[in-house]
Amino acid sequence: MDLPGLYNYWIVIFLMMSGFYVVIARGNLVKKVVGLNIFQASVFVLYISMGKVSGGSAPIIAEGIETYSNPLPHVLILTAIVVGVATTALGLSLVVRINEAYGTIEEDDLHAQDADV
Amino acid sequence: MTAALHFPALQVVLPLLAAPLCVLLRRAGLAWLATMLVSWAALVVAVALLFSVLVGGPISYALGGWAPPWGIEFRVDTLNAFVLLIVSLIGAVVVLFAPPSVEREIGRDRAYLFYTAYLLCLAGLLGVTITGDAFNLFVFLEISSLSSYILISLGQDRRALYAAYQYLILGTVGATLYLIGVGLLYQATGTLNMADLAQRLAALEDVRGIRVAFAFVTVGLSLKLALFPLHLWLPNAYTYAPSAVTAFLAATATKVAVYALLRFLFTVFGAEFSFNVLPTGPPLMVLAVLAMFTASIVAIFQENVKRMLAYSSVAQIGYMVLGISLVTVDGLTASILHLFNHALMKGALFLAMGCVYYRIGSVHIADFAGLARRMPWTMAAFVGGGLSLIGVPLTAGFISKWYLVLAALDRDMWALAALIVISSLLAVIYVWRVVEQAYFRPPPADGDVREEAPLSLLIPTWILVAANVYFGVDAGLSAGVATLAAQSLMGSPP
Repeated sequence: MDLPGLYNYWIVIFLMMSGFYVVIARGNLVKKVVGLNIFQASVFVLYISMGKVSGGSAPIIAEGIETYSNPLPHVLILTAIVVGVATTALGLSLVVRINEAYGTIEEDDLHAQDADV
Repeated sequence: MTAALHFPALQVVLPLLAAPLCVLLRRAGLAWLATMLVSWAALVVAVALLFSVLVGGPISYALGGWAPPWGIEFRVDTLNAFVLLIVSLIGAVVVLFAPPSVEREIGRDRAYLFYTAYLLCLAGLLGVTITGDAFNLFVFLEISSLSSYILISLGQDRRALYAAYQYLILGTVGATLYLIGVGLLYQATGTLNMADLAQRLAALEDVRGIRVAFAFVTVGLSLKLALFPLHLWLPNAYTYAPSAVTAFLAATATKVAVYALLRFLFTVFGAEFSFNVLPTGPPLMVLAVLAMFTASIVAIFQENVKRMLAYSSVAQIGYMVLGISLVTVDGLTASILHLFNHALMKGALFLAMGCVYYRIGSVHIADFAGLARRMPWTMAAFVGGGLSLIGVPLTAGFISKWYLVLAALDRDMWALAALIVISSLLAVIYVWRVVEQAYFRPPPADGDVREEAPLSLLIPTWILVAANVYFGVDAGLSAGVATLAAQSLMGSPP
């Protein structure tokens, strides 16, 4: 197996797992959103990697170029990035509202406050 | 007629375009009017699509004139025409219910924002259902999810904010897992069109990449449909969301995710690969039975009636997944039928909760004491929905449970049939707790006046209760369509 040649996939898995770990392990709501972003970014890299054709050039028609990389995954990821930005914006705005309502963005403190009510 | 040719596109485009219109209109009344017109138009389109599919077979619509598999295809067959009907029916009925409830719980000045998010959510759900493109499904899934996070966060209780946040995190993880699965499928086949995927996957040999893709897609969608134990986002979200939102989401959002799972398991991967090459059936069955029991038992101990119904939803999802895990035409028929019937019963029950909340400002079981004297029609609607939830004969719930039991017996799974019946009895307990409070406890000293919810709330609630009874007595239409859809999924000739 060509381990170094597949390095971008190793990066994908590393990012995916670290992002996912942050989402699960962190109690701070902003850090969770950041973790979610890293998790999503890993998928973007996965898609972009698969669009690369060995020896292929940028997918712009030009003379003397025979092979082109596949532009479709890139376009898909453009959409997914937009979705990711929207999710992040919404997530952070919810955190702002939570901070206004509770005065904290630590998960444990939120639970403690609601347990009193 | 040229408009009829574009019905598949109109189904999604109408609510999508009306959403920004609501922001421009600003006034609560105008925004509501626009929402109502559009959601009823969507219902008309869905009915027309279902009839033309039943008469003329599947419809393929090339969006923007780009022929599939290069362009995005909207593909309507019996199964998704039926789901479109469910979603747009609930969407239309909840809009009727919305104005007083939204004014009370969200406020008149912010009502237009509710209608905007509502229409976006409706457009997203309809889009997930109608699309024939795996990546397009992700985009619509996120449209509906993002707008449902907003809708949930509109709840009065501050815990609604945290519930929405929790759902946002888990929902995004689910959608991203799905996205990874689709990416791996694209890597293996070079296509995103579902019909095209199905063909190419069938021709490919069993490689590891496809198995991994299968796992990612299944787990991602299971998170979205709240399959036990991935249901943790659901109870809080349904409990703290505004009443109209809970009714709408409970009746549609998880159902659409079940549809997407059906589509992937049976159409894209094929029943042979999903259930024979990979042993997906037994784990799904175990999780479904666990959902039926655990969630029902937890529901019995809830003090908040909305939360109780939310746990009951998790249990009901179990029945749908159980039908899928049987992998027979009968099992699938039961699943698809329960998808429809559960939307009707949970819609009716949560709308009744909306009526209660409108009058007494609480859905805690302690506050239900003597409520039947104060709000007789509302509580009668709750009893109607509750009977259907339990599966009493002459209600819609009975029909789907009956099909499910028959499907289990057909596979000689006597124990499973018994489990279905026993778990239905658990529903008797939690529905009875509310009925007992409302009918057999004395009302508080000041609560003896008759103070029914306004007609604009009662009529939509009773439309759904009546639908529960109608589809319980005359199941010809719903069961017939569900059987056709199940046959086409299993690939047997109708």
